[in-house]
Amino acid sequence: MTSLGVRRIKGYLMLILVAVAFIIIMIPLISMLYMIIKEGIGILSWEFLTALPKPPGEAGGGIGNAIQGSLMMVALASMISIPISIFAAMYISEYGGKLSTITEFIAEVLSGTPSIIAGIFIYTLIVLRIGFSALAGALALSVLMIPTVTIASYESLKAVPRSIREAAIALGVPKWRASLFVILRSAMVGIGTGVILGVARIFGETAPLLFTALGNMYWNEGLLEPTAALPLLIYNYATSPYKSWQTQAWGAALVLLVIVLLLNIGVRIIARKR
Amino acid sequence: MEKFRIFTAVFALSLTALAMLLLTQLIISSLPVMETFGFRFVIESVWDPVKEVFGALPFIYGTLVTSFIALLIAVPLSIGAAVFLTQYISPKLSYVLSFLIEIIAAIPSVVIGLWGIFVLIPFIREEVGPFLIEYLGFIPVFQGPVYGPSILTGALILTIMIVPIITSMTKDAINTVPILQREGMIALGATRWEVITKVTLPYARPGIIGGVMLGLGRAIGETMAITMVIGNAPEIPASLLAPGDTLASVIANQFSEATSALHESALIELGLILFIITIVINICARLILRREVARG
Repeated sequence: MTSLGVRRIKGYLMLILVAVAFIIIMIPLISMLYMIIKEGIGILSWEFLTALPKPPGEAGGGIGNAIQGSLMMVALASMISIPISIFAAMYISEYGGKLSTITEFIAEVLSGTPSIIAGIFIYTLIVLRIGFSALAGALALSVLMIPTVTIASYESLKAVPRSIREAAIALGVPKWRASLFVILRSAMVGIGTGVILGVARIFGETAPLLFTALGNMYWNEGLLEPTAALPLLIYNYATSPYKSWQTQAWGAALVLLVIVLLLNIGVRIIARKR
Repeated sequence: MEKFRIFTAVFALSLTALAMLLLTQLIISSLPVMETFGFRFVIESVWDPVKEVFGALPFIYGTLVTSFIALLIAVPLSIGAAVFLTQYISPKLSYVLSFLIEIIAAIPSVVIGLWGIFVLIPFIREEVGPFLIEYLGFIPVFQGPVYGPSILTGALILTIMIVPIITSMTKDAINTVPILQREGMIALGATRWEVITKVTLPYARPGIIGGVMLGLGRAIGETMAITMVIGNAPEIPASLLAPGDTLASVIANQFSEATSALHESALIELGLILFIITIVINICARLILRREVARG
């Protein structure tokens, strides 16, 4: 047995080591936040947020259509995904049985689907028929959103105390009313949290939009038209050789990051209030 | 049966239908390549869209190597950070610092890729690459020249992206360790570090392994950030400092400019392979974690 002194010193060394591990993890995060703010903040202006892009080399231009496209596709994807996910989750939590087990399993498997797969899936299924469009983009985003929101909703529904369910049954309320107005209501905060996190995630997704929404230099004029999106614009500008576009990529990244982080922090505040 | 049950069952079934449709669609669309190349597709190492020769090996290699290196770096870092966050500091400070790690997970992939292009690539080209060649150049995988975009750059980007999930799963696993187990050890006169290595981590091991598998699944499927930094060369480079490609990155990079129907079909079959690999890994992760829940 080594002496206590040696063992203590070893303990301190190890504390330093695990603290260093944490610090190493923080370095890229700090570097990213620093660079995004430093490179992005200078370009922010009302014009940048609302104007159409300009060709490379020309001064000015903005990301207005990309913000429009992102908002449109995320809203549409949410409208498709949220009801499907919540009702599927209600089946899993309220009825049980084989279909519940299978659905839960499938949701878990689908939630690990690489986002690019959602893109090629919707390309072969939808784009080949109706063309590159906001609708196809929104559908690709839904493929990613449905499993995550289903799991989050299911977990919050499961957490509703038994006593609440029993109270509803004891009042003689039919099952559907109990499910919709009592159980769903009690799980609302948890489901809301899951929905907001799902929205935050698809807001930043690029890969599913590459061959569905495609991108566009102009305003979107309908669900069946190719559409710009904030992450797509960042990708195209970042990989372009033009200095002015690269600078705009940082500006767009700052905007996207602020949106995503606000959603994430907002969720924490809601969850803490509970 | 009650109407409401049928109503919700339709939505529950829609998830299974979606999964089936996804799989069928990928299989149907990759049929042309399957018919042309058969099993050779998986072992062929040439990818030449002009000559219409398609082999998946460079991308399988790139995917596996980048993910493996990422795990090699991310696992010790994540476990270390999780131990630091759960064992050494106050819960309040831990809450704040854990939130910082969760922020990394929330940053969109394309934004990490942007940082990769303008910060990580120059750093590899000017600092890490030359350093590795000078001091470790005798190992064949560290041969020059250094381009910047490379397998190693891709692996480092993946490392950053999987650290949050492994850290958070490890923290969860550590938190399930019964306090009595640890107190017993402390009563025997063990130092804090001995408690961690002899009781806490062994007890948490299945949960940690599950978390590592989830991290691996994420690394293998990660697309945008790695596409932006790996160099997009459909080859099997001898050096980690040379550009490569992964299953996901080649699809992102080539799909919209596919030169022929066969090319497109080959890219979709790569997607199918990717889908199957990630499904298998995720199922394994879930099974390990579920057994863990049953035990705890």
